[in-house]
Amino acid sequence: MNNPDGSIAIQFSNVTYRTADGRPLLAHLNLQVLTGETLVLLGRSGSGKTTTLKLINNLLACQEGQVIVEGKSTNDWDPIRLRRHIGYAIQEVGLFPHMNVEKNVALVPQLEGWAAEKIHGRVEELLALVGLPPAEFRRRYPHQLSGGQRQRVGLARALAADPPILLMDEPFGALDPVTRADIQREFKALQQRMHKTVVFVTHDVREAMFLGNRIAVLEKGALQGVYSPTEFLQSKDPVVAEYANVLRSEMEFMQEVRKASR
Amino acid sequence: MNLVQFFAAHWSEIMRSAFEHIRMVMIAMLLAAGTGIPLGIFATRWRSLRAPVLGISNMIQTIPSLALFGFLLPVPWLAERSSRLAIVALALYSLLPIVRNTYAGIMGVDPAVREVGRGMGMTGAQLLWRVEMPLAMSTILAGIRVATVIAVGVATIAAAIGAGGLGEFVFRGVAMVDNQFILAGAIPAAVLALTADFTLGLLQKRLQRHN
Ligand SMILES: Nc1ncnc2c1ncn2[C@@H]1O[C@H](COP(=O)(O)OP(=O)(O)OP(=O)(O)O)[C@@H](O)[C@H]1O
Ligand SMILES: [Mg+2]
Repeated sequence: MNNPDGSIAIQFSNVTYRTADGRPLLAHLNLQVLTGETLVLLGRSGSGKTTTLKLINNLLACQEGQVIVEGKSTNDWDPIRLRRHIGYAIQEVGLFPHMNVEKNVALVPQLEGWAAEKIHGRVEELLALVGLPPAEFRRRYPHQLSGGQRQRVGLARALAADPPILLMDEPFGALDPVTRADIQREFKALQQRMHKTVVFVTHDVREAMFLGNRIAVLEKGALQGVYSPTEFLQSKDPVVAEYANVLRSEMEFMQEVRKASR
Repeated sequence: MNLVQFFAAHWSEIMRSAFEHIRMVMIAMLLAAGTGIPLGIFATRWRSLRAPVLGISNMIQTIPSLALFGFLLPVPWLAERSSRLAIVALALYSLLPIVRNTYAGIMGVDPAVREVGRGMGMTGAQLLWRVEMPLAMSTILAGIRVATVIAVGVATIAAAIGAGGLGEFVFRGVAMVDNQFILAGAIPAAVLALTADFTLGLLQKRLQRHN
């Protein structure tokens, strides 16, 4: 992280989000994301992680409280400007099926009216950055890529216009563990150079520990707490302890396996 | 005189009628697509338009085609030229499959894909032209394909109001109880319908490739 003055990029103040029929999906959420940090939103399926993320780029609007991005409430941002200011990468459907890799990655710069040569250069640079040789992949369509390659393209696309903020919704889900570990490592190295403000959604504890400067735990639409990786492991909070126990028992199991094989 | 000799003897007349026929259908399809696609798009944008737009184009199609030609006869500007009237009637008749498929094609775009587009900061128009329309295009084309095949058939009836086309042979044959005349209209019309179906089918397949 590179944020000596501790400035705040995103702030949730007392945010409640309800569905059309009045059921609250998020209740009284207070959370700050510091400029340049990677904040992981960790929680079970249905705990409200995606909902939280969509409140940041105004795909959803909360009924109570406010979400403040770079000092301005999302209600006061022009939604188009806000979204182009924020990179967005999601799992599965992420890429447009009718556009090849180059067009997908070039999309936001194009919407922003960059010159063709500048876009071309940027696409080459990004594809190389995420480990896809441009000459080989530029013209391929999403259905001609493996899951891991698609997620790399999704990452390149989110980075295309160099937005200061990145929202990532389980961007490395549905990958085999080896590929997943690779791409996590690359992303971490990348982030150590980029210093973007990243909000990263996952339900994988190990991913959260590995990538997060801080981990925000969501449970049934409420914030359970925000922890550094060390605090996370030591927390007495029952919900958090459960996650930590998963890690601990995995580690114990590995040690047993190792002992047995000696 | 057998059929081959009949075709040879009337060749230039058949070709002239076939071109009249093609011209009528093509202009009518351009007209139908030019109004049907925007109507379909509007129906996806404003919910209140959905029922009337789909309902009216549905209703038009339930009118027997000969009756539709008849209904339009008293309309001033249209009735001046019978081919003009025929083209408008054909276009009206072709509206339903185009409107319906445009609507269905756009509504059928995965909501998650649409949301990604919005999340990337696309405006409504950018979303429509860069995402929704390209993804709906093969469905829209399927509608145009159906409409064209129907229009080729219905256009033979236009001869009843003196608009020309291959129907002239059919009507003459019916009046003279002469099968060769009927076939001289029916066979080229069938060939036209099949050709249109095949060509538009190819185009549709090409568009579908990456979806
Ligand atoms: N439009 C909606 N209308 C009603 N309920 C919704 C809507 N969208 C989401 N929900 C519900 O809100 C809850 C939170 O959803 P959300 O997508 O934020 O969960 P999540 O933490 O991202 O889960 P996952 O890990 O499975 O992606 C879920 O119970 C879900 O069923
Ligand atoms: Mg989710």
